Parts: sequence; C-alpha cells; structure tokens
Amino acid sequence: MTDNLIIKPIVQAISLTKHVKSSDTQLTILQDINLEVSIGEAVSIVGASGSGKSTLLGLLAGLDIPSSGKVYLNGEDIFSLSEDGRAELRGRLLGFVFQSFQLLPVLTAIENVMLPLELTGVSNARKIALELLGHVGLEARVNHYPKQLSGGEQQRVAIARAYVTHPKLLLADEPTGNLDSSTGNQIVDLMFELNRERGTTLILVTHDETISSRCTRQIKLVGGKIED
Amino acid sequence: MNSFKLSLRMLHRDLRAGELHVLIFALIISVGGMTTVGFFTDRVQLALSRQGNQLLGADLVIVSDRPLSQRYTGEAVKLGLNTSSSLKFPSMVVKGDDNILVGIKAVTAGYPLRGELRITEDIGKAASYRNDHVANGIPSPGSVWVGEKLAARLALKKGDIIEVGEARLIVASQITLEPDYSIGFINLGPRLLINAIDLPATGLIQQGSRISYRLLISGNAGLITTLRSWLQPNLTSGERIQGIRDARPEIKAALERAEKFLSLAAMASVVLAAAAIALAARRFTMRHLDGCAIMRCLGARQNEVLYLYLYHFIILGLVASVMGCLLGLLAQEALVYWLSAMITVELPWPSLFPFVQGILVGLVLLLGFALPPLLNLRSVPALRVLRRDIGISNAHSLTGYALGLGALAVLFLWKAGDVRLGLSVMTGFIVAIAVFGLLGFLLIKTISSVRSKAGGTWKYGLASIWRRANSSVVQAVALGLGLMALLTLTLIRGDLLQNWQTTLPSDAPNHFLVNIQENQLQPLQEFFKQNDILQPSVHPMVRGRITSINGSIVMPDNYSNARAKRLLKREFNLSWANEIRSDNQIIDGEWWQSRDKGKAVLSLEKGVAKAIGVKLGDTLTFDIAGSTFSAEVSSIRKVDWDSFRVNFFAVTPPGILEEYPTSYITSFYLPENQMDMMNQLIMTFPNFLVIDVATIITQVQKVIEQVTKAIEFVFLFTLLSGVIVLYAAVISTQDERIYEAAIFRTLGAKRRQLISAWVVEFAILGGLSGLFASMGASALGYVIGRFALNLPYSFNIWIWLIGLFVGVIGVVAAGMIGTRSALTSPPITVLRRVS
Repeated sequence: MTDNLIIKPIVQAISLTKHVKSSDTQLTILQDINLEVSIGEAVSIVGASGSGKSTLLGLLAGLDIPSSGKVYLNGEDIFSLSEDGRAELRGRLLGFVFQSFQLLPVLTAIENVMLPLELTGVSNARKIALELLGHVGLEARVNHYPKQLSGGEQQRVAIARAYVTHPKLLLADEPTGNLDSSTGNQIVDLMFELNRERGTTLILVTHDETISSRCTRQIKLVGGKIED
Repeated sequence: MNSFKLSLRMLHRDLRAGELHVLIFALIISVGGMTTVGFFTDRVQLALSRQGNQLLGADLVIVSDRPLSQRYTGEAVKLGLNTSSSLKFPSMVVKGDDNILVGIKAVTAGYPLRGELRITEDIGKAASYRNDHVANGIPSPGSVWVGEKLAARLALKKGDIIEVGEARLIVASQITLEPDYSIGFINLGPRLLINAIDLPATGLIQQGSRISYRLLISGNAGLITTLRSWLQPNLTSGERIQGIRDARPEIKAALERAEKFLSLAAMASVVLAAAAIALAARRFTMRHLDGCAIMRCLGARQNEVLYLYLYHFIILGLVASVMGCLLGLLAQEALVYWLSAMITVELPWPSLFPFVQGILVGLVLLLGFALPPLLNLRSVPALRVLRRDIGISNAHSLTGYALGLGALAVLFLWKAGDVRLGLSVMTGFIVAIAVFGLLGFLLIKTISSVRSKAGGTWKYGLASIWRRANSSVVQAVALGLGLMALLTLTLIRGDLLQNWQTTLPSDAPNHFLVNIQENQLQPLQEFFKQNDILQPSVHPMVRGRITSINGSIVMPDNYSNARAKRLLKREFNLSWANEIRSDNQIIDGEWWQSRDKGKAVLSLEKGVAKAIGVKLGDTLTFDIAGSTFSAEVSSIRKVDWDSFRVNFFAVTPPGILEEYPTSYITSFYLPENQMDMMNQLIMTFPNFLVIDVATIITQVQKVIEQVTKAIEFVFLFTLLSGVIVLYAAVISTQDERIYEAAIFRTLGAKRRQLISAWVVEFAILGGLSGLFASMGASALGYVIGRFALNLPYSFNIWIWLIGLFVGVIGVVAAGMIGTRSALTSPPITVLRRVS
C-alpha cells in the first residue's frame, strides 16, 4: 500500500460520466466512474455487452469526450487539452490493440508497424519495425498486406504496431474477440510477454474470464457503474 | 514529422495498392480531354483563320484610295512579315474594234500571299477548269491573265494582243480561281490581271483615277497582331485595315459561331472533368476514413492529417495533369493526322497555352473538389477506431464545394474567352446543381416511400437508393451534369450545323446579274426557260446618294466612323417591295401594308442605320440622278447577309421609286455543268454585269465543312470524358455494394435477385440523371442558342427521350460492369477484407 501511494498513477479517472442523447431520451452509458491504474499494472475491464466497457476505454484514451468528469494520463488532465494536444499525448504515451485489428489495408505489415514512428519522424523506423515483427514471429510476412494475413497474424502486426513506440500504457479493446480461443490465447500470451519485457501498463477490455483472470486487477462494469 | 516526405511515401503506398487508380484515371482523362480540345481548338482556330485568309489573299490587307505610305511596308518587313501590293481600278480594254469595261488588278511579286491563284492555258474553252493548275507567280511583264467573262466577251485566245490604256499586252492565261475575288464596285464586270511593272506604260494611273490601293501582308499570327496594333494609330483618313473578319461577313459569322462552339465544348469538358474528379475524390476520402482515424489515434494532429493528404493531392494533381496534357498533345496530333485529308492548309503548331491551362485546370479542379472531403478527413473522430459507425462530419462540405464551384467559375470565364457565354453557361450549371440536388432528394424520397408497397427485388432496389440517399443524390447530380453538358452540346451542334446548311444550301445563288433593263426582263425570262434554269426573282434597283438627314446636309467627312464616311460618299442601292423577304427581320418599327403604296417611307438595314446614326422616324433625303427623294424611316431591318441573296440597304413600298431611272438585279443558281450558258448570256445581253460568286460560295462552303468536321471531332472527345464520369460515378459506391452483396449472398440471395435489385437501383439513378440532363440541356440550349450564338431555338422532344434512354441504359450497363466482381468473388473473401 505504501508503494502505491508513492507511485504516481498513470491513469486516473475522476467522476467520469457519459450520457448520449437518443431521440428524445438521454441514455447514461457511464456513471460516476472513479479509478486509478498504476504503472506496471495489468487491469482488465469486464462486463456484459453494453455495460460501457469500450466507452470507458475510449474516454481513458481521450478518443471521446465525457459528459462530465476528468481523466489524468501521466498526470495530465487530458480534457483540458485540445483535440490535437490529446493526439500528441496519445502518440507519446499510448499504444492500442483493437478487436478488429484496424490495420491500414493499403500498407504492408511492416509499413503498418512503421506508421506511428513515421508520424513522429523517427529516422530508422524500418529497422525498429522489422525487429519487433521478428519478435512477434512474423519475419516471413513483413511484406504481406493485411488481407493476405490470417486473423491471428493481423493481430500480431497490430500488437507490434502498438508496442513500436514504447508506450507507457497499452489499451486493448477485446483483442481476442475476432479470434478462435487457441489463437486468442497465443495473442494474449504475446501481449503479456511484451508488457512484462517493456514494463508497459495494460488496460484490457474483455468479456473473457480466463484472459481477465491473468490480469493483476479486474474492474467489472454493470450498467455503466463499477461494481464493487 | 516531415509531412512532405511521409506524404510522398503514403502516396507511393496508395498508388501501389491501387487506391488512386480511379482518381488518376479521372484526372488524366479529364485533363487530357480538355487539353485535346484546347490544343485542337487552338490549332483549328489558327488554321481556320488561315483558311479564311485565303479568301483575302493575305492575313491582313491595308486598303486605301490613295497610294499607301512606304512606312507600312517598312514596318511589316521589319517585323519579318511578307508583303505584296496590288492596285485595282476599272478601265476599258480594247481588242480590234471590240471594247469592254473590266476590273483591272495590277499585282507585284508574291501575290497572293495566302491561298492560291489557279490558271489555265485553254483560254475560252468549256473544259478550261479541268486543265487548270496553280499559277507559279504573276503574269510576266508584257502579258496578262484574263477572267472567264473577258475571254468570252472578246473571244480571246492565247497570244492575242489587247490594248490596256496606252499599252499593248499579250494574253497568256485564263484565271480559273482568284482567291481574293470579292463583290464590290471595282469587281463588277470581267477581270484582268496584269503585272504592276506594266502600269506606267498604260498611262492609266493619273490624278483622279478611281484606284483602290492594297498592301497585302502575311506571316506569324502574333506578329500580324503586333502590326495591326501598330497600324491602328498610324493610319490616315481613307485608309483601313481588312482582316478576314472585316472583309467577309459570311466567314466572320461562321468562324465566330464555330469558335463559340469550340469554347462551349471546352467548357463542357471542364464540367465533365469537375464531375469526375468530385466523385473520385469523394470515393478516395470515404476509403481513407479509417486510415485517418487510426493516424489520429496514433497521435497525428489534425493539420498533420490535412497536410499529409494535401501534399498527396498536389503531387498527384501535378503528375496526373502533366500526363493528361501529354495525352492531350498526342491525341490532338492523331486528330490532326486524321484531319489532314480534309484540312488543306498546313496546321500551325499549337501554342503552349493549352498546356499551362491544362495543368492549372487539373490542379484547380482537383483541389477545388477534393478539398471539401479533405477538410472533413482532417476532422475524422479518432473514436472511429472503436465505433466504425461514426462517420465523417460534413461541416466543410458547403464551404468546400462553394470553393470548388468558385474555382470552376473562374475556369469557365477563362476557357470561354467570352464573358457573356461563360456567365450564361456557368449560371446555368450552378442553378442546375441546386435544382437537381433538391429535386433529386425529393424524388428519391417519394420513390422510396412506395418501397413498402413494392415487392421482391424492387423493394431492395428502392431501399438501397434510400439508404444511400446522399450518395445517390450526388451520383445523380454529377451524372446529370455530365449528361447535360453532352446533351447541350448535341443540341447546339445540331442547330449550328442545320443553320449553316440552311444558310448556304447546295443550290445557293452563285451568279448575280446587274444592270438588267426593264425591256430585257421578258427576254431574260425566256432565256432562263430555254436553258432550263429556275426562274429567279428579279428586284428593281435605283441608285441614290444620301444628301441630308432630317433636313441637315450630310457632310461625310464630319463622321468619325469610317464606314459611315464610305456609305455616305457612295451611291446606295434602293429598291421597292410589297412583302418583306424571308431572310430579313424587322427589329424596330413595322413593315408596310398594301394600302401604304406610294407612301414616302423606307425600311433601313440595321448596320447602316447604326453607322450613320439614323433611327426610326428620321427623314432621309436622297439625290437620285439629279432629283431629290425624301422618305421617313418606318422600320429597321436585320438582314442575313450570309445568304448570298440580293439584299438592299434601303427599301420603300411600291409606287414611289418607279419614276426614277431603274435597272433590275437578280441572283440565281447555275449548276457547274451549265457554265457554258454564261457565255451565251453574255453574248445575248452584252450590257449585263455578271458577278460570279460560285468560287466564293465553294470556298465558304469548304470552310464551313471543315469547321463542321472540327466540331464533330471535339464533340467525340467530350463524349469520351462523359464515359469517365459514368465510370467514376459507378465506382464511387462500388465498395458498399460489394460488401452488401457479400452479406446478401451469405443470407442466401440468388445472383438473379441481386442483379434485379441493382438493375432497379441503377435504372432509377440513370433515369434521374437523364431527367436532370434533359431538363438542363433544354433550358441551357435555349439560353445559349438565343443569347450567345444567335440561333433560333426549337423545342426538341428527342433530347428528353435520348436523355432518359442514355441515362438509364448507360448507368445500368456501367453499374453492372462495375459491380460484377461482387457476384463472382466468394462472400467470405469480401467479408474478411472488410472486417
């Protein structure tokens, strides 16, 4: 406990609430969420479909704007920043892995991994990307387009892309949702391995109990609220 | 981040993945089509005016009734232009006891500078035209070349000696084609061509002789313009410049209409290019939404995303435009090669202007129409990576498209080269976009509201149209605009060609007979009957000079207008008539009734009225053979001078001019195989002045024929651009369609069901665009024909039928071809690719 007090949380959400307007009624997707995630933690967000898991992840990443409440990433109040300020923060701190992989179809595997480095102007992007693709076991597939790769391979490319910038925090939205259980397990193994190696903090949205149990902490959402 | 470098890299990757094919294709073909039209128009315009200049014998002529200053020749030579001079005057020619009044033309070496002079040595023979050849040079000193009529009248043979003034000259050849033969006082009567060196020996050039001095100039079009602007302030009174347009009204009208049509075709190709680019750019951005969202997620700032694609488009625009220009250059060269059989003059090399214009137009169009979706790409929410249903905001669409339309407007005025024409077409298109858009949305809504009542495939077809309401409206408007441009062009083209055919039918009068006396009318009628020639209408002619206007004595030298001076100094041809002629149109006042017989009123030709500053109600007084005649202007007429029929500047009702000395004039068509009859006519009626305009008519018809060919060609190219629009429109929703097909097929839909649903959707889309196009083309055709080309407009039901037919068939065919891969590829491949 003492350690936790000393270690500054990398993510801190305070009274996070999100409403959406649907025709004439107002739906509450998230209500009064308070949470802290410390550096090095692996936290899973679980819950049934529609419980607000992905919305929470979107808010923590600054991809969406809350109706009220604050999110601090590495101590910075992200919603006091402009849209571009948040983009810059994401590029510096965050890595993403999505359920639908979100690879750019026109880029080859290596180009997809290089993209975040190119956006920040890193000079030896190809070399770094190649190393990481080797690490995820895709050295033979670097010049293939996403459509030429299997689902598991595509997700490996996505993981390589997420880790290539040495993010402090990795956000994963149902990373095994589109994969069979065996491939899914391999992907989760890979993520945890990279997480350990690089000391990355992990926030993982899943509804898979097995994957969730491998995390250091679980947060369960029910009807937009954290269940104690 | 170095946006430019990254942009280049991304461009390369997009290119490799085939993402840019449609856009590049649209751009290259559009710019190519446009520059082909540009280059070709440029060259054809140069060629046409050069062709026209053949009828002038030069590119520019300075005419004066006094010897021309040597300074003019000096300046032309200094600019590197070619010169030659000629003198024209009437005089008597004697052979033995016979003599005749002829129009003498004395020329110097180099004549004619443009066009060709053809001669034959078979003088006075019927077959002379068949054995003629191009004259290499001019008559050698001491010899003359004679016109057909002179040869006939004096029964000349090669080697005969004729007396011209004090000189005795040898007949060497007969002229069969004189390029710059024109109707005018001096040309009345037979022609005699002599070498200017022999002039002093004739002793005919004396103070007070009625001589027309001409300086002929030819050379590079730009230098001719330079010389023209130098000449303008330097000319003294009595001197005037003649370009082809000043000299030949019928050629002027044909050329100007052709030029306007070619500008219209160029503008139509701009509209087609804009439509194709707008559609292709829209597709490009739709396909890049995810990429932008991911980049935003990976930390790219909004402006970085914007610059990334902005550079993308600039580079793409430049490269594709240059390629399009090169394609245009090649295509027009092929065109010229094909046309060389018809265009007898050498086509000048085009200017570089269309090249620069092509690149600028390509860039402006691309940025104008790609910028709105680009600005929207900039603001793709990063949340799209989690929620794919979050689309693009359309915040910038309106301003963006306004920018695109603004750019298009500027291009229009530039390409049209005619503010009025440009503005009318542009306003037409803007109004069309607004009306089509609104109407399209309402119609789609109405059609879709019945979908619940429809069964089977109709239901899905209608549902698809409604689901893609925005895309459907954009597609229908773009296709409608493209088709509208093509239909308008078709309409105008048809009217234009028809108008020319009516203007100069193959049996247009090619001979004028002047100086017919009243007692010769009956014998002439019989002569025509005997020779099987259609009886022409004969018009009375009285010659008079205007002496005062509204009681004030006219002083020709007080007029600043050169035409007014000339008109007032010379004698007018007046005539009388009961009915107004079909090629005349009253534009002010009224034509008289039969009860007005003997009333001192007259109808004046518009151009003359304007030149001498006379309006309705003014009184003109003429001096007719020493007597005075006054009449009030009761109407102003527009005369179609292109028709080659007899027309008069001033016409009165019957019953007033009859008391003055009257001769008659007529014009008729003489087929080429009956030319021999002319010799008989000249023998029977020696006092007639015969004016042969057959050569002129043939030349004018040739020019018009070439203009027609050029127009047909340019039209074909515009049609090709239309196909590109169709392709871009169909492909713009191809992705969605392929995805839907995969889902439908997964759910068990048969190929036939899918095909029927698409046919319904495409047919509605095509029908809408056909409807829009017909509507727009009818309105625009009317406006352009009426106000810009001065052509009469007739309602054309075919335009509606063709519009609908082409719209439906074209879109269905292209649509089915474009989406056929969705029917053949296994659904799982498509679904996996999309996910």
